[in-house]
Amino acid sequence: MPLARTAGYELGVNDRSKPPPPGSISPDFARPTRRELLRRAGATAAVLGASAAAGVLLRDKGAFGIETAEGKRQVRDYRDPALLKDTRFAELAIAKGTPQPESPPPSPEWLVRKAMDAMGGMGRFVSRGDVVVVKPNIGWDRMPVHAANTNPDVVAAVVNLAYDAGAKRVIVADGSCNDPQRCFQRSGIWNKAYAAHAEVVLPAEHRYRTMRLKGDVLDEWPVFTTLVDADKVINVPVAKHHNLAKFTAAMKNWYGVLGGRRNRLHQNIDTSIADLATFMRPSLTIIDATRVLLRNGPQGGNIDDTREMHTVIASVDQVAADAYACTLIGQHRDNLGYLDMAHQRGIGTKYWENLRVREV
Amino acid sequence: MASTPQPHATTGLDVSKIEHPPDHLHEHVEPIPWKTGHAGPVPSLDALSLSLGPRPTPTPTPSPKPTPSPSKPKKLDPKLPGSGIPARKIVRALKWVRRFSQVFFFGLFCWFLFQTAFRGSFAASADQAVRMPYPVEAYLLADPFVGAMTALSTHTVYRGLIWSVGLLALTLLFGRVFCGWICPFGTLHHFFGWLLPSRRGRGAARVEANKTHVYQRAKYYLLYAFLLAAIGGSAIGGMFDPICIAVRSIGLGVVPAAQYLTGRSLTAVETHVPSRVVQGAADHTQDFLASAVWQSHQSYFHQTWLILFLLVGLLFLNRFIPRFWCRVLCPLGAFLGVFSRFALFGMEKDHSKCTDCNLCLVNCQGADSPQGGVKWRQDECHMCLNCETACPEDVIKFRFLPNRKSAIVKPDTDRRTGLAAAGAGALFLPFARVADSLDVNYHSRVIRPPGAVEERAFLERCIRCAECMKVCPNNALHPAFFEAGIEGMWTPIFIMRIGYCEHSCVLCGQVCPTGAIQKITEKEKLGIGQPPIKVGTAFYDHGRCLPWAMQTPCIVCEEFCPTSPKAIWVEEVEAPVREQKPGPNGEPPAMKTVKLQRPHVDPALCIGCGACEKVCPVQDQPAVYVTSVGESRSKTNVILLENTKYT
Repeated sequence: MPLARTAGYELGVNDRSKPPPPGSISPDFARPTRRELLRRAGATAAVLGASAAAGVLLRDKGAFGIETAEGKRQVRDYRDPALLKDTRFAELAIAKGTPQPESPPPSPEWLVRKAMDAMGGMGRFVSRGDVVVVKPNIGWDRMPVHAANTNPDVVAAVVNLAYDAGAKRVIVADGSCNDPQRCFQRSGIWNKAYAAHAEVVLPAEHRYRTMRLKGDVLDEWPVFTTLVDADKVINVPVAKHHNLAKFTAAMKNWYGVLGGRRNRLHQNIDTSIADLATFMRPSLTIIDATRVLLRNGPQGGNIDDTREMHTVIASVDQVAADAYACTLIGQHRDNLGYLDMAHQRGIGTKYWENLRVREV
Repeated sequence: MASTPQPHATTGLDVSKIEHPPDHLHEHVEPIPWKTGHAGPVPSLDALSLSLGPRPTPTPTPSPKPTPSPSKPKKLDPKLPGSGIPARKIVRALKWVRRFSQVFFFGLFCWFLFQTAFRGSFAASADQAVRMPYPVEAYLLADPFVGAMTALSTHTVYRGLIWSVGLLALTLLFGRVFCGWICPFGTLHHFFGWLLPSRRGRGAARVEANKTHVYQRAKYYLLYAFLLAAIGGSAIGGMFDPICIAVRSIGLGVVPAAQYLTGRSLTAVETHVPSRVVQGAADHTQDFLASAVWQSHQSYFHQTWLILFLLVGLLFLNRFIPRFWCRVLCPLGAFLGVFSRFALFGMEKDHSKCTDCNLCLVNCQGADSPQGGVKWRQDECHMCLNCETACPEDVIKFRFLPNRKSAIVKPDTDRRTGLAAAGAGALFLPFARVADSLDVNYHSRVIRPPGAVEERAFLERCIRCAECMKVCPNNALHPAFFEAGIEGMWTPIFIMRIGYCEHSCVLCGQVCPTGAIQKITEKEKLGIGQPPIKVGTAFYDHGRCLPWAMQTPCIVCEEFCPTSPKAIWVEEVEAPVREQKPGPNGEPPAMKTVKLQRPHVDPALCIGCGACEKVCPVQDQPAVYVTSVGESRSKTNVILLENTKYT
């Protein structure tokens, strides 16, 4: 112990008038004990070791995209290939109603039912106990008369048919462009679908999950999970004019699946539509053309731009459905770039005449 | 005890040397612990002020009543200190009624705030007009300070603000019951005043803090300044209105922050916990919160940090002075305080029975001198009834038409300071308006909500309550920072990069309590049979626009343009563009021709909704943006000649 060496330096009685004995050390400069030295050096070493370990463990080797370069391409295919072999039923059904002068115009429900009868009934597409997602176009804050969204009666008719076929749950959802609450309410779809006992799911941030589409232009995008986590998906778009894509119905309707800033897609709208149609293969497509927006699409807003056509098109081939429906607004399939791409990729055929077509 | 002289807690004198008048009744009182200088922890008192349950036994020994009876009188309630005389049953019951009332009105306030959002309904048909199902701005309509301010600035009482007379009537009957029983911001301070006090903010220190202080006059001076500013033409006082602060800071700060935190945590749970049950629960929680408290998308508010910072600061001050805000700063409390002199309900005190136990002061909310020996201050009292329930000696009595022997009913303000404050308020307007004035140098992006009145009239009315920003479905309205000048701080402006003005939406005008944004209909806004309401005009930045600068197809702006016919029209052009790769022999890249649609704005049709700006894919600084020029509310902020005479 260093006690002996501090003799004459007792704490508090430090007499500065007398010089300290030679060789003695002020107690203020006394060395700590060996035990304390070891403990302190040990603590230093432990903190150093722990931080070094944490650094090595958490080390990021840099470079972009290490995480995003992996992952499988995701495709959502809800089709039943067995259905196509049955030649008794149509692959493309067109229900057209001609309004008679003295009777009320054909109702959308009636048209949907006629088209589905020609397709062999909803029971072929929906099995007992299925969770069915119905994806209408609820993109805009417009009323049914503006024909910018799917007609609510068509949606309700599809929901009813799905329940009749034994579906356990029918979910109606879409990712809107305008304020969703307003779009869902003012399109009338919320009201009618709810009355038909469907679950109506509005887009919310927590319902989106980033998925890997691996398309030509669409790589990673947030996807509305409600629309893609189901047993069966029925696409129920509205046929209308689109200023950039020229015509929009079934394939372009999958824009509603995406979240994020989808405004970038317009720079290559044809390829992004084709990418989306590659990702989403619905069980069934039912195009609402009861009232069609001919100009100023896709949003419209002027009733004079619409025309009543009393038509519903059902198909197992979304490309053929679009190829046929575009003729309603005077477009031609060869003018639509995304139809060509989808045709070449084998998503479907743009020559709808080659399918089993039934007009009722 | 007698051997060591102890300084008196309030006078600082040695108790043994205090000379008493012959009729003084306190001389045999045992020194109370916190008055003997041992001001440390006084556990039983602390527990008293905090616990709602049965009261613990008191530390001060019961003093012999100054009655001729030689025997110790029997206590009526042995659990109470002092003589143990319990307060009247009705008053004890009313104290609980007050607590329930505070919880109820705070809950109602929050519920209204959470309902200040359009959530849509399955029950509504397609052609039903979108309106608020509840009177979500009710608290502001009942606010007589807002009513008086706007009445002074506009010489009118706007629509529902007539309800504020009801609250004034309540005050004329009962005094400032609003502060103690109803005010949600006051309840918040009441709660934090109970929760926060440090060790030094309890016991003797709390008694000291709860005595009436001169600084409590500040709120009256603020009130006079705001009322004079209102006469000048500025409703700037809304910045300090407690209801406005509550809506603004909770609606624009606390709720979005809670949403952010919850969203992040629950999303982390959903990604990292591989259990269906947990994920489902997290999902349902988010669904519930999105439909009951906030919305399905995260809200952001421009520079809201200051609003939150001030709220936290005000709440923190409760640590030192309970209900600092209510006592010192609140102009609504001051307004009601001025009128409480006419109140028919009030307090009477029997000073002779007071034993200076200070229990009334420990529990006092308004710092209104409930204790014996001084006069009660009606204008400061929140009518919480804590003092009468706490008093063990039958000193305090609340009743209708009390005698005013020991009450001061008028605000204790200094006339000169009051005049100076009023003068400062009157001077505020010219000072603020020469700093950066309306038509001279406003920020071009001070874009007011649709239906907003002309800027001068707007500043006469806007109380910065933030109801419009809360209700905006697209998160498009934001509190201005300095964009609209110092006078326009926290008034609503559009930030269209965050959200655009929904075409058919008129909700901001629906919830505006003062008519700064008028209650327009969809027909007026969309311009059916009349010119539409314009909030500004869109402009293209050709150096950034994809079809203009980069020969790349886009026109998302045209797609989103909601007017019919569209204000954005496209010109079909063929433009040369360079191939990306050089030629095979190193020659420069070849040129090719592409077909493009280049967007243009028709300023006569553009309503400035900003949908184009919101959806422009040039993310950081959009290639199309809206400025306020051409807004229908202004006769001077125009571009087009015909703008001034719509027919």
